[in-house]
Amino acid sequence: MWFAAPAATLFLAFWLLPMAGLALIGAEIKDGQSAYLTVLTRSQYWISLFNTVALSLAATLATLLLSLPVGRFLAWHRDFPGRRLLMSLLMFPLAFPGVVVGFLIILLAGRQGVVGTLTKWLTGDPIVFAYGMGGLFLGYLYFSLPRCIGVIAAAAEQIDPSLLEAARTLGASPWRRFVDVELPALAPALIGAGAMSFATSMGAFGTAFTLATQIDVLPITIYNEFTNYANIPVAAALSIVLGLATWAVLYVAHSLAGARLGAAA
Amino acid sequence: MNASKTDTRLGLAVTLAVAAFLIGPVVLSVLAGLTKNYFVGLSSGLTLRWIEQVWSLYADTIWRSFAVALLTLAICTLVGVPTAWVLTLYRGRLARALEELLTLPVAVPGLASALALIVSWGTVRGLRGSIWFIVIGHVLFTLPFMVRAARASMQGADLGTLDEAAATLGASRTQRFLQIVVPNAAPGIVTGALTVLTLSIGEFNLTWLLHTPLTKTLPVGLADSYASMRLEVASAYTLVFLLMLVPLLVGLQWLARSDRPARVPTNRTLPS
Repeated sequence: MWFAAPAATLFLAFWLLPMAGLALIGAEIKDGQSAYLTVLTRSQYWISLFNTVALSLAATLATLLLSLPVGRFLAWHRDFPGRRLLMSLLMFPLAFPGVVVGFLIILLAGRQGVVGTLTKWLTGDPIVFAYGMGGLFLGYLYFSLPRCIGVIAAAAEQIDPSLLEAARTLGASPWRRFVDVELPALAPALIGAGAMSFATSMGAFGTAFTLATQIDVLPITIYNEFTNYANIPVAAALSIVLGLATWAVLYVAHSLAGARLGAAA
Repeated sequence: MNASKTDTRLGLAVTLAVAAFLIGPVVLSVLAGLTKNYFVGLSSGLTLRWIEQVWSLYADTIWRSFAVALLTLAICTLVGVPTAWVLTLYRGRLARALEELLTLPVAVPGLASALALIVSWGTVRGLRGSIWFIVIGHVLFTLPFMVRAARASMQGADLGTLDEAAATLGASRTQRFLQIVVPNAAPGIVTGALTVLTLSIGEFNLTWLLHTPLTKTLPVGLADSYASMRLEVASAYTLVFLLMLVPLLVGLQWLARSDRPARVPTNRTLPS
């Protein structure tokens, strides 16, 4: 066991204890009450939390809806010209940090973006939506798509074709085969990928930071409290709330997906 | 296989649309970084002027990112590979708890981890202003990926039996680890290493709070250029960043393919 001692020490000294320290700072009494109480009672923070959750949820659903057909297509067509290139193109953005994704969204829908140029040419009025919730939604979508496609394609490959064959001989329509055979088999992957996408969207700071520092989502709120107002207790309390919320979503999804897997076996 | 015609067509259409959405902006960025005047368009001609400007303005951030990534990799390897071996050998409560705990810095938003580090260690003299502060953050964030990749290799190779055999022949624990475990887990360790480098070079969420004006890394410089430079320079800088990623990603794909030839070559190990 002592082989794991360095990792445990590093983790303890630089993450767990500092995190505990952060949690304590959030409990410090400032202006007559602890920062946790301030965070929980001011509507400003609730709105920020609501925006973050709603946007992350919307982006996650859109990601899953798009990843599902792509994953199935890739799993069922394992050999066609250009497949390798297509895979590389789909997976290349995996390595992009949020800041770069934000910049790419600006190129797409910003002031000098393609969408603006096209709409200006078509209607005379450029449509620019990169610097707000619309841009952030697109950014989260961009960020999550490669991750989810990979997970869903891998899961779809594992589906036993004889099951679908059997369903067909028994007279099940394509739609029924999809709903009754494929979806249950893909459920753990969908839950896992969805949770991952939701969690990364909740904590995504770089994308929002590039698009606009005025967007009212939790990571930006934390950053502003910390740097602009030097309100460290509130920044700490918000970080703890955000961290707990994200971890809880991942944990629930993990056990849900595990239970589904157990039921299927 | 079972796919109906409409199913296939719909799948292909969505796949191509998604690929266009993912790659289109990258192409735009590359073009913008090489165009004399992006607002005028490609007709203004191509140039390497913006790349040169990026080099003169930001070369230090590029070298620093390399240094941070290599230091992070060194620590992750030294600390992560032995941990992976422990987690392969012991499947008890304690080992599983350690594994869960180590992944927390990935699950919890980087902003929170960075704030915690600053609050606890930010006052230590000489640390806050050095790149070691950033390296510490990167190690926390990338370590789980090294552990996971190394462990996957160790589990596949039935190393437990080999290890026991060597133990009965009198080899010491350290000897066994260095001469049996590490060579057999090499593919996983290399995959883990490439993942660590890729993640460290692109890390922003932690680094933005951990950096000082004298310890800017590449992504920090990128954010800076997005906010204050003309579009062409920002694009050229992004292009430099992409060029740094390509060899790492090609290596990862190649490893994934040689490992499991029939499977989808995804880098599922890569997170946020």
